[in-house]
Amino acid sequence: MSNNTPSSNHFVAPLEETPLVAIDAVKVGDRPSNLWIDAWRDMRRRPMFWISAAIILLVLIVAFFPNLFTQVPPNDNCQLSNSNGAPTGEHILGFTKQGCDVFSRIIHGTSTSLSVGIIVVILTTVLGILFGMFAGYYGGWLDSVLSRAGDIFFSIPYILAAVVIMSVFSAYRNVFVISLAIGIFAWPATARVLRAEILRVKNSDFVMAAQALGVSRFRILIRHVLPNSIAPVIVVTTISLGAAIVAEATLSFLGVGLPNSTMSWGNDISQAQTDLRTAPQTLIYPSLALSITVLSFIMLGEVIRDALDPKARAQR
Amino acid sequence: MSDRITASSDEQAPLLKIRDLQVGFQTTEGVVPAVRGVDLTLMPGQTLAIVGESGSGKSTTAHAIINLLPGPGRITGGSIEFDGKELTKYSEKEMEEIRGKLIGFVPQDPMSNLNPVWSIGFQVEETIRANGIATGRKEVRAHAIQVLREAGLADADKRLKQFPHQFSGGMRQRVLIGIGLSSRPKLLIADEPTSALDVTVQRRILDHLETLTRDIGTAVLFITHDLGLAAERAEQLVVMYKGKIVEAGPSKEILQNPIHPYTQRLVAAAPSLASRRIQSATHESATHALSDLDYAPTSVTEGLDLIAAAEQRLEHLPTTKRPDAIVVKDLTKVYKIRGQGRGASGEVIASDKVNFSVEKGTTTALVGESGSGKSTVARMILRLEDPTSGSIMIDGQDVAPLKGKQLLDLRRRMQPVFQDPYGSLDPLRNIGNTIGEPLHTHKVGDRTSRKERVLELLDQVALPQSLITRYPNELSGGQRQRVAIARALALKPDVVILDEAVSALDVLVQAQILKLLADLQAELELTYLFITHDLAVVRVIADNVCVMQKGRIVEAASTDDVFDNPQEQYTKELLNAIPGAGITLGV
Repeated sequence: MSNNTPSSNHFVAPLEETPLVAIDAVKVGDRPSNLWIDAWRDMRRRPMFWISAAIILLVLIVAFFPNLFTQVPPNDNCQLSNSNGAPTGEHILGFTKQGCDVFSRIIHGTSTSLSVGIIVVILTTVLGILFGMFAGYYGGWLDSVLSRAGDIFFSIPYILAAVVIMSVFSAYRNVFVISLAIGIFAWPATARVLRAEILRVKNSDFVMAAQALGVSRFRILIRHVLPNSIAPVIVVTTISLGAAIVAEATLSFLGVGLPNSTMSWGNDISQAQTDLRTAPQTLIYPSLALSITVLSFIMLGEVIRDALDPKARAQR
Repeated sequence: MSDRITASSDEQAPLLKIRDLQVGFQTTEGVVPAVRGVDLTLMPGQTLAIVGESGSGKSTTAHAIINLLPGPGRITGGSIEFDGKELTKYSEKEMEEIRGKLIGFVPQDPMSNLNPVWSIGFQVEETIRANGIATGRKEVRAHAIQVLREAGLADADKRLKQFPHQFSGGMRQRVLIGIGLSSRPKLLIADEPTSALDVTVQRRILDHLETLTRDIGTAVLFITHDLGLAAERAEQLVVMYKGKIVEAGPSKEILQNPIHPYTQRLVAAAPSLASRRIQSATHESATHALSDLDYAPTSVTEGLDLIAAAEQRLEHLPTTKRPDAIVVKDLTKVYKIRGQGRGASGEVIASDKVNFSVEKGTTTALVGESGSGKSTVARMILRLEDPTSGSIMIDGQDVAPLKGKQLLDLRRRMQPVFQDPYGSLDPLRNIGNTIGEPLHTHKVGDRTSRKERVLELLDQVALPQSLITRYPNELSGGQRQRVAIARALALKPDVVILDEAVSALDVLVQAQILKLLADLQAELELTYLFITHDLAVVRVIADNVCVMQKGRIVEAASTDDVFDNPQEQYTKELLNAIPGAGITLGV
């Protein structure tokens, strides 16, 4: 090199102040991370996640082991002398019109409400994934057929459709039928969300790369496209679990849901409406149980959405 | 530290004086510094270029001047004195007066910086009105026409009524430059104004910008990642690295005599400069071997020096004629498009009777600007798209009729590496699975032997074996591209199609990847088809060049022939557009 003395207006930072680092050096943190691991780390730091998860866990335990929480049978031993009675020592939330224990009925009704929610969610997710996945990935006429089918179901409000179905099948009112009635019209929402996501992901470079490697089309869908599109479906699913529980309560409240013999929050709310002024506890407590459960699922859904969507995170 | 660049003429007061500027970004983990104590001085009418890689803080510095930092960015210290006024103390309202009127701004991406729902005229007039240059409908309109005329657009009055989508990228950038200069600002900040444009367009735009600012007497702060471009366009150069200035001074002096090791690295790795250096060496005396160049790679530039890489490649070049690995004959692809208007449809010929062949173990570069059809050709060779007519032979075998098992066999011998290192790896699969996927797909070996092969490949592309359980989002762009290369090599292919494989990378990383590709070629006797828009890179990596324009190959010859003795006007234009033409380098 010609000269090493820079002219007066040539500034060079001392090397000590600007040390060079190896180019493209591998900076590896302590633990591996990807979208899901990152999302988990993000959720872990949020109190909202722990609150909603704890409530959901509690609801699950109540649903599976109701006898851990109350020894009072919900239906037997109801004495009309206790009708709409105020709380006593053993019956902390009072009595219903029929003289049954409110607390016990809420505890034993949990499994019904939760089962409806879970069955509906399984149904809508399976249908939604199948329809959305094939419509979005293969496109063309298949997309037209599947999407129009979805639109037809989507154009009918699912509560209205469920009311009609339940009225027609009034002889078969059980948990499974009511779930079917709700789920059969609720899946297009999931399908639409997934279809949109698949349309985005299938144009990714890594899909083209896999194609050039010789990976078959279906395998690309299962291994690469679907896993990268599933995040919004999980969010929709969590939130719709809450909605399904509400739907069951709505149907029972309207008198087209589960028969009175089946304990469910919706039934209890329905029966309590006439006694709101004289015995508010019969309405308030089942409603509270319903609200808290649904709220936890919606909260959990939102926490998951924030964790999975870095853009939403950045705006906070 | 106080006066890093002394004024060129002492009587004049500096137009822009930045002292110890600090900018930080607020994140959940606290404030992350992006600019850490930057000093710079710009005299009226002068052009100063800030050069740096992504993340060096060059754009952040420019945005801080006009207080347009994105979201969580804040100026945390230092002073910005513009025309004797302290800008950091200005309120948002006062800044609006400065922006546009006294300091013009030309953004990076002309495609997204014009509002698609408003006509060009509306947007130009909006600026004129906002800056109070003219009032009254007629005057504003007359001024707008003048702006477009200055921007070098013919039929300016008709153009005013058109919408952004009717303009090409270059024309949009002219409009943005016109808007930026419409109020005759004292300072124009141009943030990578041409990095989204083709090289020939880039050259015209920058020439235009230079003439305009010289006529008006506007000082220009030019942000770029290309050292050659910066040196060609600016008198003063500021090299930034990790939020700090590492070297600053007159452009030519810095290029000829880089002192800070980082600047030395940049000079060694810049393809535009390297291609110039090779050029001048072969011109001055044909007997001079490249190794006789007065250039000694030091330890800091080790593995980055493109000249050294090019020279090493030449050593391994096969001397005898070899059979052709790829033969492309009359390859044509016609896309049918829906035209405007009812029932109208048109055809676009993306590739028009393309002919070329690539000898085994050599590199042929397919060069062209956007829309030249080079990627279409690559996709057809990879059988990702079917040709309309013509044939492709790989190792003497026609690929068109191949199906099923035979196609799978072809894919095994021919592998691609794509441009975008962020998009070409599945974010949910770890590196081991990604590299191992081709082995899995082609059912090569069992579990343990596959894992061994993956580890071996990681070694080959110089990545640590511990990466095997990591996910793509933890890697940098260069590392991802190494992973993509490892995946392409997993099946021991003969032919690798590199579709803009280094275009998205920073210069230093780009130099490393180019060196890696050259090393791998020598070691594994690979045949490369190198698709790129960057002629400068071609000089250091390719043996033969095919220049494509509008779907046709306009010139095909050995790299030396194309660079030394271009036959076609278009090739000459491309060569002239490589930045750094007028620079004599000390090396």
